[in-house]
This record gives sequence, structure tokens and C-alpha cells, in this order.
Amino acid sequence: MVLASSFIGYLSSFASSLPSVVEQGFIWGIMAIGLYLSYKILDFADLTVDGSFALGGITLAVLMKAGVPVGVAMLVAFGAGLLAGLVTGLLHTFLGIPAILAGILTQIALWSVNLLVSKGLANVGIDIRNQFVLVRSLTDMQKLYSILFLIGFIAAIIGLLYWFFGTEMGSAIRATGSNETMARANGINTTWMKIIALSISNGLVALSGSLSAQFQGSGDINMGKGAIVIGLAAIVIGLAIFKKAKKNFALHLVACVVGATIYYFVYQLVLSLNISTNLFKLLSAAVVAVFLGVPYLRKKINFGKWGKKNA
Amino acid sequence: MLNIENVSITFKKGTLDEKKALQNVSLTLEDGDFVTVIGGNGAGKSTLLNIIAGTLKPDEGSVSIDGKDITNIPDYKRASLLGRVFQDPRQGTAADMQIDENLALAKRRGKMHGLAWGITKAERLKYSEMLKEFDLGLENRLTANVGTLSGGQRQAVTLLMATMNSPKVLLLDEHTAALDPKTASKVLSLTDKIVKEGNLTTLMITHNMNDAIRYGNRLIMMSDGKIIFDIKGDEKMKLTVGDLLKKFEESGAEATDKMILSD
Ligand SMILES: Nc1ncnc2c1ncn2[C@@H]1O[C@H](COP(=O)(O)OP(=O)(O)OP(=O)(O)O)[C@@H](O)[C@H]1O
Ligand SMILES: [Mg+2]
Repeated sequence: MVLASSFIGYLSSFASSLPSVVEQGFIWGIMAIGLYLSYKILDFADLTVDGSFALGGITLAVLMKAGVPVGVAMLVAFGAGLLAGLVTGLLHTFLGIPAILAGILTQIALWSVNLLVSKGLANVGIDIRNQFVLVRSLTDMQKLYSILFLIGFIAAIIGLLYWFFGTEMGSAIRATGSNETMARANGINTTWMKIIALSISNGLVALSGSLSAQFQGSGDINMGKGAIVIGLAAIVIGLAIFKKAKKNFALHLVACVVGATIYYFVYQLVLSLNISTNLFKLLSAAVVAVFLGVPYLRKKINFGKWGKKNA
Repeated sequence: MLNIENVSITFKKGTLDEKKALQNVSLTLEDGDFVTVIGGNGAGKSTLLNIIAGTLKPDEGSVSIDGKDITNIPDYKRASLLGRVFQDPRQGTAADMQIDENLALAKRRGKMHGLAWGITKAERLKYSEMLKEFDLGLENRLTANVGTLSGGQRQAVTLLMATMNSPKVLLLDEHTAALDPKTASKVLSLTDKIVKEGNLTTLMITHNMNDAIRYGNRLIMMSDGKIIFDIKGDEKMKLTVGDLLKKFEESGAEATDKMILSD
């Protein structure tokens, strides 16, 4: 009897947290879309994102605290993310610093930049009771509105990206990521294409950070910690589910959002089971490692078989 | 007209591995010249093509096309003047993009990459017709990713990409070497047809002496970073593999089996 009632209690607490899970999943889905641009299209593992996510959140919080309306604050956050991506792009292309290291350097530098923006505060609160924000989670009605807004916002982002990557510039960026030799032989300035793609990518990540700050009611210096792993997890989970959508770019972006939502669903499940969330980063890293490692191992094993057959 | 003047390049200068890959090479190609290039491994053939393409910069000397000095122009900026097909079929195309998208990129070579559509409907029709002439069954697969094509099909697509804008100079670096003999000869005759029809100024590196003799109106032989033999017109027509082997021996370079065994 006690067991049953505690189970029902558990279920209802889990169910009541679901709207917030969806909100968080959608917010991080935008982050995953940004990461998809660098990781999948440019073939560039960009560690800048941990810093640019927090940059977006803190920029928005500081501006809103000063009375700036949410729309303007988000635009500035997006611009700040663009600049962060630009820096990584310049470090990589003009100074020849390897991708991973260029990202790490910007990420580390952003830690200080974020503290400068927040005037040394680790956490900058937003008065979400009295200031208009686009995403919040205090009442069920707010949750519903937030989710509807996020669906529209994500649809607009995916629409814009779908258009952009069909243009000449977008095609040139895809070619750069796919085969740099070919791109240059066809007159594409691959240096600028990389810089543009990294900028857009980090702009989107910062935008996601700015939404996350609204959701939490504050911008936090630590909010981007491990963002790259969450983003990668979202991408690999999403693409595994949307396996059939081999070439459809828009569906791949939808997959990123679905992947992020599943990620937060599982996260919430772990929370409600009273498993220590300290372990969750370990779990996330393991998930990413498995998803990235399995295709490689499969190829290796198949190759082994092939070798034997022909011996 | 392509004009290469006194071009030299040394790799790993000042080390034990120092290699003078090109030494004072001068070469002029008239419009419509189809030049085959032969020479042993490490003779400097690819290096010469890379210097023309701009992926390598010479230590000395200059490269000009139609009188315009391009020695210091970066590779992607001079790409509009050139067409390239590489030895590795994977290098000339973007595997993750569709056939038509690859062709559309080549069509826009040398233009600004702005926010106009990357490919139009009218283009698609045209590409389909162009591919039909190749007779490789590609005209119905325009939206297939290039990564799903065979090596020969990829080389054919690259060849179309390299030639569709009538480049000032077409650079072919052993572009059939990675293909099986049947496919190789198909791609080679396709090359010959395109070059003749477009009257394209062409440099084609090959290891196959027969091909070097059969195709083109001029043949050059390289050894140790120098052009050691340059023959054209009627004299080239009369050339035999035996003559070329003799030249090789005189130069001190060794002909590889691949060159002799080819037919
Ligand atoms: N980037 C480089 N760094 C160092 N050495 C190089 C480089 N590129 C070429 N070389 C050397 O320069 C010489 C000429 O090379 P190149 O590739 O032009 O020869 P090739 O005539 O094309 O030979 P092959 O028939 O084998 O393709 C070789 O000794 C090669 O090892
Ligand atoms: Mg070579």
C-alpha cells in the first residue's frame, strides 16, 4: 500500500515536471542546432560553445536587469555569440591553431569576458515576475505559452537555416566542410566560409543561452559547463532516431531538438528516481562515447569479417 | 596562353631531405595545346601542376595566364581560370553533396557566393542533359550524393565540373590512375572528346606512355625537376614507346613497370 502510493506520488511528480522538461529540451535544442552547424556541416568540434552559451545567458540577464526589453537583449546576446564564433574562426584560420585548441582558447577567454559582463557576479538575477520574458515556468499557463513560443521560434530558425544553406553562400559552406580541396579548386574562399559558419553557430548557441537564462530566471557563469556534451548527446540521439531522414537537412535540425528533449526527459527521470545528478555528466559522456564509437567499431568488425572471407 | 618562366621550388630547404623539386622550369602553352606529361616518380610533375593551380608557391619564377601574372594570387582566386581533376576521385567532388549541387558550385566558380539560390531549376535540366552525353546513367541520379558514386563516375563528374566553364587551362594529374582499365579508358576518351570540342589548353600527367603518345598534340618528359624532352606536332605522332624508353635511359631515370606494361 505504502509502495503503491509512493509510486503514484512518484509518477505524478514526474508527470508534473514534463512541461518544464519540454521547455528545457526545446531551449537546448536550439543549442544543438548551433552545434550541428559546426560539428556536422563544418566537421569542426567547436568547444567555444560552453563559453558562448553562458555569454548569451549572462548578456541577457545583465541587459534585462538594466531594464532593456527581452527582444533587444536576445538580439545583443545573439550578436555576442557571433563575435565569440568569429574569434574562434580567426584563431583557427588566420593563426592556424587546430580546431579543438582554438575553441578551448576562446572558451577560457570567455570565462573572463562573462565575468566582466556580469561585473564579477557569478549569478545575475532577472526579475521574471515583473519583467516580460518569452520563456518562464512559474504557472502551467506560462509553461504552455512558453512551449508554443519555442515551437514557433524553432520553426523560424529551422526555416531560416534551410533557406540559408540552400543559397550560394550556404552551399559554399557545405562544400568547405565536406571537401576543402574541392571547395578551393572551385573558387571558394574556405577561410571566410569557416568563419561565417562558426559565427552563426555560436550566435545560435548564445541565443539558446539567453532563453535558458529566462527559463531559470538568471544568467549564471556556470550555465554553459559541459554544453558541448549535452549538444553532442542531443545530436547523436536525435540522428539515431531520425536515421531514415538521410539527407533532409530540415529534418536533421528537427532531430537535434528531439534529441535534446529526450536528453532532458532522461535527465528528469534520473532526478525523480533520486539518483545523484552528480553522475549525470558521466552518463552523458558515456552516451556520446557509445554513439560515436559504435559506428567505428561496427566498421572495424565488418572489415575483419571481410578480410577473413577473402583470405 | 599559359606562361611559366624560370620556376624553381625546393622542399625542406637546408635539411638532409632537401629536394629541388623544380629547377628553372620554363614552359609556354599556346591556346588549344593538349600536352601530355610523363616522367618517373618524384620528377616534379605534380609539383608543376600545383604551382600552376596555386596550391604551391614557387621560390623563384613566375606563372602567367593570358599575360596576367598570377604567381601571387591565392589558389581559390585563380580557380576561375583553371579546371582541375585529381588522381584521387574523392578529391574533386564534395561527397556529402548532391551531383547537381556539385555541378552548381563549379558553375559559380570565380563568382561571389551571395544569397541567391545555390541552384536553379533551369540549371538542373541543363546538367541532366550534359550528363546524358556522358552515357554513365548519371542523368537520372542528379540528386544522389556524390559519395554514392563509383570512382569512375566521380571522375566523370569532376571532369564535367572542371570543364563546364571553359577554363583557360585544364590540369589533369593522373586522373585515371585510380580507375580499373576499362573505366580508365572510358574516362580518358571522354577527356579527349571534351578537350577537342572545347579546344581547351590542357596539361595531362600520365604514367601510361601509350596514352601520352596517343593523346594530345605535344608531349613533355620531366626528370629530376627539369623538362628534358619536349616534342610536338608530326614528330610526336611518329613517336614510339621505344623512343620514350630510350629517352628515359639517357636521362638516367628509371622507367617503372607501370609505364612499360601499359597498353
Ligand atoms: N609538400 C612537399 N614536401 C616535401 N617534399 C615534397 C612535397 N611535395 C613534393 N615533394 C617532393 O618533391 C619531389 C617531386 O614530387 P612530385 O609530387 O612533383 O613528383 P611527381 O613527378 O608528381 O611524381 P609521381 O609520379 O610519383 O606522382 C618528390 O621528391 C617529392 O617527394
Ligand atoms: Mg604526382
